[in-house]
Amino acid sequence: MRYLAATTAREAAEALAAEAGVTRVLAGGTDVLVQMKAGLVEPDLVVDIKKIPGIATITPEAGGFRIGAAVANAVLGEHEGVRALWPGVVEGANLIGSTQVQGRCTMAGNLCNASPAGDAAPGLVAANAVARIAGPEGERDCPVADIPAGPGKTTLKKGEVITSILLPARPARASDAYLRFIPRTEMDIAVASAAVSLELDADGTVKAARVVLGAVAPTVVVAEDAGRTLVGTKLDEATLAKMAKACEAVCKPIDDKRGTVAFRTKTAGTLAKRAALIAYARAGGAK
Amino acid sequence: MKSIPVSTTINGDACEFLCAPDETLLDALRNRLGLTGAKEGCGTGDCGACSVTLNGRLVCSCLVLGVEAEGAEITTIEGMADGDELHPLQRHFIDHAALQCGVCTPGILVAAKALLEKNPEPSDEEVRYWLAGNLCRCTGYDKIIRAVQAAAAEMRGA
Amino acid sequence: MSLDEYRKREFKQVGQRVRRPDGVDKVTGRAMYGADATAPGMLVGRILRSPHAHARIRGIDTSAAEALKGVKAVLTGADLPAQEDDFIRDVQDNCMARDKALYDGHAVAAVAAVDAATARAALKLIKVDYEVLPHVTDVDVAIKPGAPVVQKGRSLENVPAGMSENVTSHCEFGHGDPAAGFARADHVVERHFRTAATHQGYIEPHAALASVTSDGKAELWCCTQGQFFVRTLCAAIMGMEASQLRVTASEIGGGFGGKTTVFIEPVALALSRKAGRPVKIVMTRDEVFRATGPTVHTSTDVKIGMTKDGRITAAEAHLRYSGGAFPCGTVDMGAQAAFAAYDLEHVRTYGWNVLTNRPKEAAYRAPGAPQSIYAVESVVDELCQHFGLDPIDVRLKNAARKGTKSSYGPTFPDIGLIATLEAAKKHPHYSAPLQPGQGRGISCGFWFNFGGNSCVSLNINTDGTVGVTEGNPDIGGSRASISLMAAEELGIEYDRVRTIVADTSSLGYNDVTDGSRVTFAVGLATIKAAREAVRVMCGRAAKIWGIDAEAVEWKDGAAVPAGPNAGKFPPMSLAEIAAVSFETGGPIAGHHEVNVDGAGVSFGVHIVDVEVDKETGQTTVLRYTVFQDAGKAVHPSYVEGQMQGGAVQGIGWALNEEYIYGADGRLQNPGFLDYRVPVASDLPMIDTVILEIPNPGHPYGVRGVGETGIVPPLAAISNAVSRSAGIRLSELPMSPPRVLKALGG
Repeated sequence: MRYLAATTAREAAEALAAEAGVTRVLAGGTDVLVQMKAGLVEPDLVVDIKKIPGIATITPEAGGFRIGAAVANAVLGEHEGVRALWPGVVEGANLIGSTQVQGRCTMAGNLCNASPAGDAAPGLVAANAVARIAGPEGERDCPVADIPAGPGKTTLKKGEVITSILLPARPARASDAYLRFIPRTEMDIAVASAAVSLELDADGTVKAARVVLGAVAPTVVVAEDAGRTLVGTKLDEATLAKMAKACEAVCKPIDDKRGTVAFRTKTAGTLAKRAALIAYARAGGAK
Repeated sequence: MKSIPVSTTINGDACEFLCAPDETLLDALRNRLGLTGAKEGCGTGDCGACSVTLNGRLVCSCLVLGVEAEGAEITTIEGMADGDELHPLQRHFIDHAALQCGVCTPGILVAAKALLEKNPEPSDEEVRYWLAGNLCRCTGYDKIIRAVQAAAAEMRGA
Repeated sequence: MSLDEYRKREFKQVGQRVRRPDGVDKVTGRAMYGADATAPGMLVGRILRSPHAHARIRGIDTSAAEALKGVKAVLTGADLPAQEDDFIRDVQDNCMARDKALYDGHAVAAVAAVDAATARAALKLIKVDYEVLPHVTDVDVAIKPGAPVVQKGRSLENVPAGMSENVTSHCEFGHGDPAAGFARADHVVERHFRTAATHQGYIEPHAALASVTSDGKAELWCCTQGQFFVRTLCAAIMGMEASQLRVTASEIGGGFGGKTTVFIEPVALALSRKAGRPVKIVMTRDEVFRATGPTVHTSTDVKIGMTKDGRITAAEAHLRYSGGAFPCGTVDMGAQAAFAAYDLEHVRTYGWNVLTNRPKEAAYRAPGAPQSIYAVESVVDELCQHFGLDPIDVRLKNAARKGTKSSYGPTFPDIGLIATLEAAKKHPHYSAPLQPGQGRGISCGFWFNFGGNSCVSLNINTDGTVGVTEGNPDIGGSRASISLMAAEELGIEYDRVRTIVADTSSLGYNDVTDGSRVTFAVGLATIKAAREAVRVMCGRAAKIWGIDAEAVEWKDGAAVPAGPNAGKFPPMSLAEIAAVSFETGGPIAGHHEVNVDGAGVSFGVHIVDVEVDKETGQTTVLRYTVFQDAGKAVHPSYVEGQMQGGAVQGIGWALNEEYIYGADGRLQNPGFLDYRVPVASDLPMIDTVILEIPNPGHPYGVRGVGETGIVPPLAAISNAVSRSAGIRLSELPMSPPRVLKALGG
């Protein structure tokens, strides 16, 4: 294995493109090193992107924030501005692993690891976040929702590296929330998860809603019907129950050591209900 | 696989070592530098026994490559006491019987110290969530929480 | 050992919460554990493991691995000797498969190489020709005729005809006529229970460093609960004499019973012998889960009859335990422990051990008891609910006490169950109000506790300090406890005593650190060794004073004349006698070597409050209190630590921990990510109440305390869940999907 600490995104992209063997991008390393330890991957080239100038910074941009691909989630969690604007995104990112893992892991890494259960992905998708990607042929922007292609697979092409993620601006009276279910209180992979992002009218009626579910399909799922159910309501119980059913309808989970189809399906709806209420309160909706 | 020279700072002392590109910082500390206080309990970031700080951040050294230590500042359990003088956390862990087998203890102490530097007056719940990535199979955590709180109180008073 | 051993006394040292002698080493990272040792020219050993649950090994081609540069030795089962003795052969075959791989993770070959990368590469070059066989991993399937047979010809004669050949042994305990007893009951409950296999989950993986030299001598450094037993096993497997193999126990990073046998130690020795260099093997976490000893997994039927006023009229249990791919006696202990807490006229337990394609069971804290007592305590609770009776009152009404003929045979001497139940009943926790949706459960627990072979050598240093040499790895603070008992008996301060754990060449045989035996049995040997040293010191004082040795007695750490007729001499302290020992006959020491009997059983009662989230099936433990009889708490903090640690392991077992096997017979969760031990944020404080009902078989009244604490949580939490959510689960763990399913979700 060769190790390269790239000093520009271009250098990283070119090195990755030129390598004929197995490559891995190293940001926090909390997935790559685990896979190496387990013998699941034996890279010929590892490109460390943390030495690229600016890649570990958070920058305000157009009313939102651009999060560098090497910003550790612990650093993200300490950023007052991002926390205020996108609290659900930050709480998802901050649920990954332990305090120790938080000191290293990144949202971009979580996205590229492409686990259906990644805790950062639902919040980012609910936020309509956009990834900036450097490649051998230059830069491009891509909605985060289009990055995962299936368990362990992304739509990134050979040589492409995510360099930052843009969390967009949002109006007043808008917020988001993320919840996952795990058997313990910490240290588990999500068995099911839900992110809800809401925009409210002045009177507290939901104007726009996006509901995204994790760990219930090969990739995160945007529950379009569930989101539509919430619009025009103040999250009364009947609406929430209907929304939960709409969530259940889009779940296509698997039975495995972490949960059953029935459990994941039911729990995704439950979590979406609970997350919606949290997002609603955060957005200033009074219940 | 060609080894790579690494220059770093460990517990305040400049330090150089050679390591393979795929070697973890934990292996480099233990096998190349004789710093065996950090333990490998799992090698996958699930137990926290290998906790160290890297540029002031608490990390699992099993999830860091040795080559990433280049130019970094690392602290380990071996640097926690000031010579003969134990850190208050170390003292309170002994006094409160907060260790039994002791194999998780270095990682827990390093993690607890990082917590108290960030938050000198944590609630029990904050201590428990901060340390959730440090498995202890002997104590049931009760005496660990008490020891951390006793040390925190002493450090606030000092 | 006579049962009048205990004498009431005032303690000066025992009962103090002193600092442990290994404390500073352990908080500074200096303590040396299994993986921390190195040797000159050391090689890295690694093991190739079967990916199949059950497969015949038709052949192993190691030639490519041997040819790889940097590989110094390759080992297969063919390199190890044929063994006559069943027990040794099973241990050896578990360390390295011979003809068949019996479970996913079973070792089939090993290499020693100059570094880890080369060793890993060499493993990939070993070609094993497997004939995959049908497998069975579930006890209820394996017991049926027609199930795949794991090992042929292992059934004992007492196994009834018509069962699968996987059934290796049968046991039966009890007395009276259960049928007559059930006929007198107002209500009989019969339920079926299952418990998953769990793992001890010690944080330190197994590690061994072996060095065999060409003159036939060997050194072995390893993390173990018993270096002497390691020597016995390794000497047999290696064909060595005990005197030639010195085993040193490192500091041990947790064991809980799981480090009472060998897995990699003989492999490291055999590789070292073959390579002519020291070899270190350190298991990965994945190997620990796949190839060391988890517990049995079990299937149990319990039937109990009760009168409407809460008297148990009869009780019966059928226990089917599987200890994996090898014969296992744990079901006997489960069968004996099942009804130990009750004074019963009619009781019977039946047990069967069943082979499955799983790793060979190793002891885990009160082996066999948590599973059977979980089932019994669940049914007792259901009967309490049926009649609307208080669960502690019902247990008090039926509690075993002094003079009770136990369900497993012996008649109990002084035991602490009633005192423990009464303490629980009057504790504020038991009467504290619960919020809607919360539930409170209780359960009794029991463990026999063991004694066993123990040697202690106690040396009086000329400066008045004392060195105690004992042979049991310190797993929970025993060096401090042993020092306390030596100091107590000698009448000196704790910090004048230092206790060390000796290697196998420095002391006679000591049984493994297990069975909650060390503070009891090694403590007893220490007290006797101290008394021997006192006898010598009294003799030295007598010599100095010119009086008969019988005219000198030991009081408050000094020799004094025994009464006015002995003469008038000022007391001579231990330090004063030690200082002149070279002039009075030479160094002073005391020894004691004994196979200790008289262990006192220990009962515990746990109270737990939980809340079940009815939408997700998640159970939160809100409050927890442990009551346990320690006999005498030598170091109360470490006694509390045992009670708390045991309780939390039981909580993990009750809620989330389990071995999950796929249809392919492979272990699905061999890591701490998906084998879910409790983390700090899962738990409340674990309150403790120590009771001290002296064990008549120990000079200070000590009982073991290490194991009982893991027994009650399983049923206590199940009973609390039943009262919180209105559902009674009969399978552990009570993981959220199972609870939600039971709730109809």
